[in-house]
Amino acid sequence: MVAVRLAQATDIPAISALDARLTGTSKPDYWRERLAPGLHFLVAETGKGAFAGFIAGEVRAWEFGQPPAGWVFAIQIDPRLRLKGAGSALFDALVARFKAEGVTRVRTLVDRKDHLILSFFRAQGMVAGPSLQLDKELS
Amino acid sequence: MKLQTATRLGLYATLELARDPAQTLSSADLAERFGVSTHHLAKVLRTLSTAGLVQAERGASGGYRFTGNRRRITLMDIVALFEPAPGNRAKEPGEDTEIGGALQRVLTEIDEIAEATLRSVSLETMLKHPM
Repeated sequence: MVAVRLAQATDIPAISALDARLTGTSKPDYWRERLAPGLHFLVAETGKGAFAGFIAGEVRAWEFGQPPAGWVFAIQIDPRLRLKGAGSALFDALVARFKAEGVTRVRTLVDRKDHLILSFFRAQGMVAGPSLQLDKELS
Repeated sequence: MKLQTATRLGLYATLELARDPAQTLSSADLAERFGVSTHHLAKVLRTLSTAGLVQAERGASGGYRFTGNRRRITLMDIVALFEPAPGNRAKEPGEDTEIGGALQRVLTEIDEIAEATLRSVSLETMLKHPM
């Protein structure tokens, strides 16, 4: 059984440590800023109260000309606790909060070589959106 | 994106059988369901069987049933059985020229996006959210 609740300042060390372990980059200041009012930052705990992962998102309007939508900026689950429903519980809770804000779409950006996270979002019913991300190395 | 006929039949057959792993369907049943040639489908089913995705059942009610893992197997796993791997294709004439190289980079970009898409959709996802 997984419980989802709002992230608190005391969760930042666990959030930052999990993120650093999975991405190789420690960024506690970034995660602390995600606690600001108006942003959505949730954590999942196992039935025994152990930290299982987190999700961060925000409703953004008119970014890239797009009408208001809920954006998922990050989701990380402790690899030892995967496949137990924590990711889906976090996603569902975030989507419920987006709906409460009145938006009807959820979006995210995913590394196309990260098949694990791509599969996760697909399993939540997400499909390719209307935008194509472009980038260029600046020399 | 254009798939070879065998690839399309492989996807049809695998998804139809994965819909209910307890069911056994003959190649004739599947061919009729999708309006395709039984002969062609029988060859495709043999490939799927060799790959361990389906198993042939003998007897009066014989046929094929799904034996893979719906949550683990992706559309790409099936496509890869029938289509050449993107990295294994032969070099096309003109590819070493400046224009040929530039064109190839665009085509590779398209291939990578197609592969990422196919690899991200498991059979479970496909059957749960028919898009």
